[in-house]
Amino acid sequence: MSLKIKQDQARFRAIVRGRIRQGLKKYIQHGELLGKKGKDFVTIPIPAIDIPHFRFGERQQGGVGQGEGEPGDPLSPQQGSEDGAGQAGQGEGQHILEVEVTLEELADILGEELELPRIAPRGKDRIVATRVKYTGISPSGPESLRHFKRTYKQALRRQIATGTYNWFRPVVVPVREDRRYRTWKPVAIPDTNAVILYMMDVSGSMGDEQKDVVRTESFWIDTWLRRHYPGLEVRFIVHDAVAREVDRETFFHTRESGGTMISSAYKLCREIIEQDYSGGGWNVYPFHFSDGDNWSTDDTRLCVEILREGILPVVNLFCYGQVDSPYGSGQFIKDLREQLAGTENVALSEIADRDAIYGSIKTFLGKGR
Amino acid sequence: MASRVLPAQLHDMRRQIEAHARGYGLDFWDVVFEVLGFDEMNMVAAYGGFPNRYPHWRFGMEYERLAKGYEYGLSKIYEMVVNNDPSYAYLLESNMDVDQKLVMAHVFGHVDFFKNNFMFQHTNRKMMDQMANHATRVRRYQDRFGVEVVEEFVDRCLSLENLVDYHSPFVKRRASPSAAEDERRVATGFRSGREYMAGYINPPELLAAEQRRLDDEAARERKLPEQPEQDVILFLLEHAPLKPWEHDVLSIIREEAYYFAPQGQTKIMNEGWATYWHSRIMTEKALRPEEVVDYADHHSGTLATQPGQVNPYKLGVELWRDIEERWDRGRFGKEFEECDSLEERRHWDKKLGQGRQKLFEVRRHYNDVTFIDEFLTPEFCSQQRLFGFGYSDKHQRWEIATREFRKVKEKLLHQLTNFGQPLIMVEDGNFENRGELQLLHRHDGVDLKVDYARDTLRHLQSMWHRPVNLATKVEGRGVLMRFDGKDHTDRRLDK
Repeated sequence: MSLKIKQDQARFRAIVRGRIRQGLKKYIQHGELLGKKGKDFVTIPIPAIDIPHFRFGERQQGGVGQGEGEPGDPLSPQQGSEDGAGQAGQGEGQHILEVEVTLEELADILGEELELPRIAPRGKDRIVATRVKYTGISPSGPESLRHFKRTYKQALRRQIATGTYNWFRPVVVPVREDRRYRTWKPVAIPDTNAVILYMMDVSGSMGDEQKDVVRTESFWIDTWLRRHYPGLEVRFIVHDAVAREVDRETFFHTRESGGTMISSAYKLCREIIEQDYSGGGWNVYPFHFSDGDNWSTDDTRLCVEILREGILPVVNLFCYGQVDSPYGSGQFIKDLREQLAGTENVALSEIADRDAIYGSIKTFLGKGR
Repeated sequence: MASRVLPAQLHDMRRQIEAHARGYGLDFWDVVFEVLGFDEMNMVAAYGGFPNRYPHWRFGMEYERLAKGYEYGLSKIYEMVVNNDPSYAYLLESNMDVDQKLVMAHVFGHVDFFKNNFMFQHTNRKMMDQMANHATRVRRYQDRFGVEVVEEFVDRCLSLENLVDYHSPFVKRRASPSAAEDERRVATGFRSGREYMAGYINPPELLAAEQRRLDDEAARERKLPEQPEQDVILFLLEHAPLKPWEHDVLSIIREEAYYFAPQGQTKIMNEGWATYWHSRIMTEKALRPEEVVDYADHHSGTLATQPGQVNPYKLGVELWRDIEERWDRGRFGKEFEECDSLEERRHWDKKLGQGRQKLFEVRRHYNDVTFIDEFLTPEFCSQQRLFGFGYSDKHQRWEIATREFRKVKEKLLHQLTNFGQPLIMVEDGNFENRGELQLLHRHDGVDLKVDYARDTLRHLQSMWHRPVNLATKVEGRGVLMRFDGKDHTDRRLDK
């Protein structure tokens, strides 16, 4: 049986995804994801929309609690934000839950918050991005969509329930309340003609921790993308002073060292795009991760040139993530920022540590770009 | 929602528990128990206990939260009961027998409270039907004017939902109009010494016109509202230029706000009361030996308190027990209060045995505010390890601020007074003689959340159609926040 409330739920989700009622967007609160609770724990964000009221500012109000501790002891983070616990009957507060989940589930959850930005229908087998689909039955709607069978079923049900059904003369007459109508909603069909190119700096200046952060981040991006965009093509490039294409396994497990020539990766990336994904039939998304410590300013200049001439014109979005490293100067992202200012399809993100991974993924794939 | 007849086994249980409850002197309406699967349960809970509400995304949001919580095994709704005559209560299909018993006992406690507590004497006891009517009305408007339009308006109404006078069902605040009538100025027309000329100098129609003008003037001079009006929604309903359907939707929101209000105002008492009774009924009568462990587990789950939060179940039941003990042993009144010997106080026992009687008296005549105000004692406060917390600017974090009885109690009462909502009232419906609306925030030491206040003003303006103003204080200074339909402005008030 489908529940009445599913309609409200669908509507809520549509609002959260920004499909309808954009005005409410600023009231949406997202919880934090990929929490710090060890390996298997994550906090699950349950988006909530907070309708504005006249209410007290929390900080001045404070509250009352029960438990151990001396004056001056800190409360744990959630407690403070609990707005006036237990007073209003329908508790508002923060909607954050903490649970153990599997990778697939997590990818699902991520899916509600992320999307491939700037994706465009491309390619020969171009697919319409949205179409209308009949999804359910509702007690109200236009007469042209009346569901004949369900209406009669409802009438029959009512007649039996009220005892007016005559077994010997089984005439079923629907009244107004029995009428059932088809309902629909627009369904988005993700475009499958897309390719992701991952590039990773594996040079000596990238310490184990930095590589780890990069792998975690690209792993999550990869997990999520593969789940939500089936048929997606993925290519992997690692580079130090020279770049080479590798398979997924190698990409996630290789350990190398050497100097850094970022241009080598970009050259290879450009070649791959030209060879396999040219002609406007593809959505192309290169991701590059590095510690931002390039060999020379000349090379950086070369990188910018390759990006400008060869890569940016043909890709949907170029993402560059830079890990903080104790050795590197971290100059590269600054250079990119300067040189590529005003370019729309570039996303730059600095990743300070593991905790910043989620924020960085959101910078790349967050909605509403 | 499928309505199911209670299975025989549950039916027997219910009769047994009901008999125990009556035996203790609980006095409740007939209760209709329904068994629901978890998704239906979540739905009904999201609807606030009702099977039928008007369509709105907010219920979907609540449902999503409950459903996710249930799926991931974090939370589960055990019990739900609707203040209605007959009362409706829901049992979760998958619960163990011992849980069902516990829930039933708990529910009878709630229904007794609904029926007898004074806060509920003005609530609509046929709210089940009323809610369904509201749903139909809102649906009809959605069919006629469009889903988006109506939903958007409901959002705006909800934003003002707390601007009602929670005490108004009990008080008649409107001054009777007679006083104003007395001072009515009477048109006299021109003075004429000659009576036979009166009809000529002051023709009756001229006099009537003059009278009308005077009356109009008086009406304009009279302040609207005469007294600051806390029921802002009512004021809007009476004076704002709303379309008929908007008027109806706003009145629906207001009616539902008033229906839910007393439940919020007696949360601690009500949950405590129900917990007190399920614990008595279960431990003294209904529990079978093999069920003890499960019962204890679930009972303690209900009372578990997150460090640093107040759990109304826990605080409530402890207070009720404390009251019972104090009145059983006579630990109250002048003699007890003035006793200085700690030793004597600790062993104080007059063997009065008035505990039970006192409980029933308190459950009739108190609400959370008066309950806490009267029965929260310093001993109780330190036994229960209550503390007040606040935000420390120095450390940029939330901290335990105090364990001092007086301050803790003050904070708790502040949280409960007027629902823990700021007191806001309509001061003037014709502010500066420009048809603007002026609201007044009775500042009690805590500022409003400014960004929220601005957005709420925006919604208010969309109903009033003329600029709206709110007089409040920010960081100790008087401020008049204003929204004129386009821009927000702040103006410093004197001082």
